[in-house]
Parts: sequence; C-alpha cells; structure tokens
Amino acid sequence: MSEMTKPLLEMQSVSKEYNGNPVLKDVNFTLKEGEVLGLVGENGAGKSTLMNILFGMDVIQQTGGYGGKVLIDGKEVKFASPLDALNAGIGMVHQEFSLLPGFTAAENILLNREPENRSVLSLVFGPRANTIDRKTLQKKAIDAITKLGVSLDSDMLVSEMPVGHKQFTEISREISKSSIRLLVLDEPTAVLSEKEAEMLLKAIRNLSAQGIAVIFITHRLQEILDVCNKVIVMRDGRIISELEAEKTSIPEMAKLMVGREVSASASSKREEKKLSDDIVLSVKNLWVDMPGETVKDVNLEVHKGEFLGIGGLAGQGKIGIPNGIMGLYPSGGKVVLNGKEIPLGDTRACLDSSIAFVSEDRRGVGLLLDESLEWNIAFPAMQIQNKFLKKYLGGLIKWRDQGAIKAVTDKYIKQLQIKCTSSKQKAKELSGGNQQKICLAKAFALEPKLLFVSEPTRGIDVGAKALVLQALKEYNSKLGVTIVMISSELEELRQCCDRIAIVTDGAISGILPASRPSEDFGMLMVGKSKKEAN
Amino acid sequence: MRKDIDIRKFLANNIVPIIFIVLCAVCIPLAGYSGQYLVSQIITRIMRNSFLVLSLLIPIMAGMGLNFGMTLGAMAGQIGIIFITAWNVVGIPGLLLAAIIATPIAALLGWFCGKMLNMAKGREMITSYMISFFMNGVYQLVVLYGMGPVIPLHSDQVILPRGYGVRNTIDLISVRQSVDNFWALTIGGVKIPLLTIILIALLCVVIIWFRKTKLGQDMRAVGQDMEVAREAGIKVERTRILAIVISTIFAAYGMILYLSNMGTLNTYNSHSQIGMFSIAALLVGGASVSRASIKNVFLGIILFHLMFILAPQAGRELMGQAQIGEFFRVFISYGVITLSLVLYEIRERREKAESAKAIAAQQKEAKA
Repeated sequence: MSEMTKPLLEMQSVSKEYNGNPVLKDVNFTLKEGEVLGLVGENGAGKSTLMNILFGMDVIQQTGGYGGKVLIDGKEVKFASPLDALNAGIGMVHQEFSLLPGFTAAENILLNREPENRSVLSLVFGPRANTIDRKTLQKKAIDAITKLGVSLDSDMLVSEMPVGHKQFTEISREISKSSIRLLVLDEPTAVLSEKEAEMLLKAIRNLSAQGIAVIFITHRLQEILDVCNKVIVMRDGRIISELEAEKTSIPEMAKLMVGREVSASASSKREEKKLSDDIVLSVKNLWVDMPGETVKDVNLEVHKGEFLGIGGLAGQGKIGIPNGIMGLYPSGGKVVLNGKEIPLGDTRACLDSSIAFVSEDRRGVGLLLDESLEWNIAFPAMQIQNKFLKKYLGGLIKWRDQGAIKAVTDKYIKQLQIKCTSSKQKAKELSGGNQQKICLAKAFALEPKLLFVSEPTRGIDVGAKALVLQALKEYNSKLGVTIVMISSELEELRQCCDRIAIVTDGAISGILPASRPSEDFGMLMVGKSKKEAN
Repeated sequence: MRKDIDIRKFLANNIVPIIFIVLCAVCIPLAGYSGQYLVSQIITRIMRNSFLVLSLLIPIMAGMGLNFGMTLGAMAGQIGIIFITAWNVVGIPGLLLAAIIATPIAALLGWFCGKMLNMAKGREMITSYMISFFMNGVYQLVVLYGMGPVIPLHSDQVILPRGYGVRNTIDLISVRQSVDNFWALTIGGVKIPLLTIILIALLCVVIIWFRKTKLGQDMRAVGQDMEVAREAGIKVERTRILAIVISTIFAAYGMILYLSNMGTLNTYNSHSQIGMFSIAALLVGGASVSRASIKNVFLGIILFHLMFILAPQAGRELMGQAQIGEFFRVFISYGVITLSLVLYEIRERREKAESAKAIAAQQKEAKA
C-alpha cells in the first residue's frame, strides 16, 4: 500500500453492534480504482450494515456508530450523512428504486441537478425561478447513458419502463455525477430478465474500464464469476474468505456462504416420515404482486400431514406465496384445497375452508395491539367460526362467552409458555417472542386443517425461537395438521420440516427432503440445480 | 375490441364532465334562455372566477391536493378591499392598492397554512379545510371587533353605526367593474372585457412558465414522491410551503378581481363560499386530486356556472319553484366534490390491479 497507488477504499477492522448484538466483526478489505468487488452472503450476514457504514446512513449513528476505520485514498473518513458520501464520490443503487414515475429517464437522471437557463425573473424571485434547460438536460442524460453503455430512451416515462430500464436509469443517475468513483450496486440483477442482466454486467465492465470501482452485491454467483475481480464471502458478520474470482467456483462460494458444517444432529433428529399420498393443497401457476416479494410462477403440492418448509433468499418471493393465497395481495393462478378450488383474493373463503395464516407482519396484520390477549386469541375464531359465543333467542342475539374465551386463552398461555401478567394484558406489552406465540395461539384456536406460518422466528430471541418451533412441530406431529412454514433461516427449516422447497426468482427452484446437506439448498438458492453446478 | 376499451376508459376518466354536459344539455331547453344571454353570462362568470380557480393548480402540482386553504387568500383579498373602500381609493388604482395590502397578509397566511400542512402530510385536504374554518374565526374577530378601535378605519360606508366592526355587506361602487370596463368591446350584444382577459391570459402564461422553472420542476418531483425528492436533495418542506404561499397570494388577487366584478362584498360569507365553488368548478372540468390543467379550469368554469345559471330557471319551469333549482345546485356542487374524491381513489386502486395483471401477462408471455 505504500507504493504508488493508494487504494481507493480501505476498511480496517470495522465492527458494529446493535444493542449489544454484534452484527459486524473485524471487517478488513481494500478496493482499488476500477476494481470490481463481489460481495456475497446469506441474509443477515452483515452486507447491508457494512454498506450503511460506508454511506454514513443515519441508522448507524443512531445506534451508536461503528468501530474501526474507513479510509478513502488513505485518509480516514467519517461520513455523517449519505450526502457526505456522495460528495466523496460514492454512489449507491439500492434494491428499491428511488425514481419518480411521472418523470422521464432524463429528468430522473438529473433530478435536482438540472441545468438551468438564467432569466431576468430570477433576479427578483431567486435562482429557483430559473427555467430548466431541457436541451442540456437531454444531452447530459444521454452522456451518462452512453457512459454506462446501455440502450435507454431518455424521453421515456419511468412508469412506462420495464424494470430493467428503471435499473439503468438509477445507475445512470449515479454515473452522471461527475465526482463518482465508487459505485455500490445492491442486488441490481434480482429484478432483471436474463438479457437485461447481461446488459448490466456489460455496463459494469464498461465502468470498471473507465476507472470506476464497483461493489457488486448479488446472490447470483455466476455473475460474480463473470464480472468481478475479487469476491468477499460474508457470514455472521465476518468476512469468511476473500477469493480471486478467477480461481473460485460456484460450489465453493455456495458452500462458504451457507457455511455451517453440516451438523449430524440436525439431520438425524428427524426420521424420514413417509409422505401420505393425499394431496391437501395444490398450487398451479400462482403469481402474486407483493411489493418486494413478487411471485411469478409457483407450482407446489402439499401432502396431507406434511410439514413443508419454504426457504430462499429475501426478495425472491417466498413470503409472497401465503400472502397471495390468503388474498392479502393481488394474485392469480389456481389453488386447490382438498379437491376444491379456492377463489383467490378472497380471504374469507380461505379462512372458511380451514386454512389459517400466521403473518410475518406480527404487529401490522397479526395482532390487535391495543387489545387483551383473550381478544387476540379468540377474535378470529369468533368472527369466522362463531366459536365462543352464547346464543340467545334462537341465535338472534349472540353474546361473547367470556368464560370460554378465558379458558382457551389460559390453555394456550400454559401450553406455549407465554410470559404475561394475565390473559387480560394488552398484546403490545408483550415481548416479540411472546407476541409471536399469541399469533400462533390465535391460529391454533381456529383449529385449521392447513396452517401457513410465515417467518415465525423473525426478530425473536433464541429461547423463544426454540419454543415456537417446538410448538409447531408438536402441532404437526400430534394433531396431524399440515403446516407450511416460510422462513429465511435454512437451519430452522431443516430442523422442523419433512421437505423444503426453495424459491428463487419468484418460482420454486427445487424441493428436497430436509435431510439433504445444506450445500444442496445453497445451490438452489443461487438458482442452480445440482446438475448444472457440476 | 381495442377501441371499445378505449371508449370505456375515456368515459371512466371523464365521467364528471360528461355528467355535467348531459345535465346542461337537458337544462338548456327547459330553462329557455336565449343563446346571447347564456354566452354573455358565461363570459362574465369566466372573468369572475378563472383567476381564483387557476390559483388551485400549483398545490395540485406539488401533490398537496385541492387547496381548501384558498379561503385564506380570499380573506386577505377581502381585507384589502375593505381598506380601499374605507379610504375611498377608486378605480384601478384602488384595486392595485388592495392587491398590495393583500399580498403580505396572504403570504403570511399561506406560510402558516403550509407549515401546518407539512405537519399533516398525506391529509392535506382535510387539514386545509379545517384551517380555513379556524382562520375564519380569526378573520371574523379582526373584522367584527378589530376594525374601528384597533385598526383605525372611520368610514360610514364600511363601519357599522356603533363605531366598530364592518358592515354585513359593502357596496363596492367605487371599484365596481373598473377592470372590466377599462377596455371592453361589444360584439353582437355581448360585452368582452379585454383587460380582464389579458390579466387572465397573463396568469395562464405565468403558470405555464412556472412549470418550466426549477421550482416548478421541484414541485412536480415533491408531488410524486417526497422521499425520492428528499434523497435528491430537494428541500421538500420549503417547496411545499412555497406552493401554498403562491396559491394563497393568487387566490387573494383572484378574490379582488371577483369582488370588483360582483360590485358588492358579503363581508362574512363571500370567502367561505368561494373556496367550495372554485374547487367544485375545477373538478367539474375533469381535474383530479393529483392532476389538473388550465384546460380543466376553463371547461370546469363553463360547465359548472352554466349549471348555476340554468338550474334555478329550470327548477322554476319544471316544479314552479326556483328554490328547487337553488337547492339542486348546492346539492350538486358538494356532490361533485364527493364523487371526484371517491372516483380518484377507485381509479388509483384499479390502476394497481391493472399493473398486477400486466405482470401476470408478462409471465405468460415469457413462458410462451
């Protein structure tokens, strides 16, 4: 490093913790001008946190800053806001588009940096009364697009663009900033078609040739091999290894990513259960328009009494599946339950046919936060199945049966070991783990034949996690209820499930028995079947 | 097949103007007015109202919906008018002075309103509506008790005989139609007030020019997505406040023109009515909460006021009672606002559903 060129970016033992939980530990790497660095890792490996630190995002300062040093051109920098990072020549393209739908590509590219014509009126009203110089705006936008080397109509409205072009617009915006030296692309190809992705990879090479360094975050490992100079694999907040892109392979990266030595205990815990031939639920050509979790074409069969896991990386669409079937988001396709087709988009019909759903959005969809536990647990059953009601005058008047409600609540409090002062406590006062248990109890009280559980362990501590999973397992094995569990954590799925389906790019990329080694699932997650990889 | 869908889409998107065109077409023969009378009436109404309705365009551009707070601007305009009447400044100089007095008041009220609306993002319309009610109280306090003892105004024409407070109605004989009559032509018995037309045309040009300025561009950006605009470094709050300030000042000028055309000031009512009628007119012209153009303004004024002229007479002819028509037009102006607001939401939802369908179609194509 003492030689002629100082690295553009250097991170020295960077670490970060949230509320005492370390999420980044001792991260070191360097990046030279024009270099393309691939960054891979499972969800929660610390990639986003690392990028947030690099960008001086507010969330980092608000949670107590970070440890270690970030150096640019050999000088230490501490960005107080993303604006500082931009001034230092770092640009980022986020996964969510930050574009104005009613503006053209050109207008978006030069948003708030529009070239202006001076006018007499601006002497009176200040510089904001300058009119915008449309011609120069066009020219500058086209320059940026050319620099990127993609085909993009600068006059097209963003709302009319295919996704790929939106992505290009976003990148062009970063490039149009003259000071840009380092560009971070957060899963830019996740939403692109194959052809568009190819164009993007070509664009990355173009940029690199012009001396712009790129940090490329992606789950598609082939792309890493295609464009990157080096690869950093992260797991559990650490850099597990730094590889030369030329010398590595997809299986090697996949293995490093999923990591954990295949513990013998996990696979032997469950004896292979013989699947019943009865098919409870069959899903054909399901699509769901859930923002950030788009499902494109899912075909799936769930056997009776089975505990099916659905895994996959974030944003690939696994969460969209139950939300679409239950009618919480616009969806289409064919869903057949016990030989009867269920109308999509009709939540009530789903509930009436004994499907229950524990949402990943605990506080939003799952709970009545301001109400008591009794209400939370009994409410759906009361609404849907007329349970816990006393009937008078031949059913003309229905009163709540407080006694029955209390009994059932106490039963689940005991069974699921819910920590609370009483069954009258308000749901919002419970911890995350206990709230999750209430959500489960609520679904159990419906006595469903088929239960969807989405991300049941998200954001809860280890102890509660084990209890929640245990409760689900027992519910499945003792009562024979068919459960479909969606989770981002592969290990958790491997512990509980009979089979695991992996969702990639809005479709099922494969279903394997849970006893298979985790590398196999890792390969499915990055969109390669076993055969292809070898 | 395609054409069929296009027609249905056109109908769905323009349902409010279409309803009005049909209603007017039914009422014209019923009322039995002469063509000349109708044309001259409509020209008068356009002159009277277009400045006010145009003032609504800028907040819509900034994504703040219909500015019910334009009432504040109308109050400022009225205060200007009260002063010049009391001081007996006549003619066009009088109106200019009224505008000069009204500008700082309108700017201040607009700034206050903008500040409030920034605290209630996403609920601008109901908030601005309530602010206009609340400020009405302040206005009444000032006009009813402040004018005379605190604000020295001593004119029998304006102040009540008891020595303080402004009269219920003020005759604006000194400025009445002074802009309209300054330079007017008569064609086929219809008076064409050229200076007023020039003023209105000028405001249209200003609005078109404004869209091309940096500030206009920023407002459009803020109107589409505040977060994206903020990330790009646009000062979102400031831009929104400016939108409301500009709208309020224009509304004040519009109110001054309106009153000079009317010739009387209804001290305690004029402003509260004018907000509702202007918004209804704009919506009748086919504008929505998020999109409005100059075309909508003029079409709206023509249709809405044509209805206003026709309804009482049609009511009398049909039911023997003008009251029915009067009732009908009030009912309609509120009905139009409600219908437009509801239709806007429905349209938004339908567009979302269509985008979902488009995704599905894409999937199918990709597979095929």
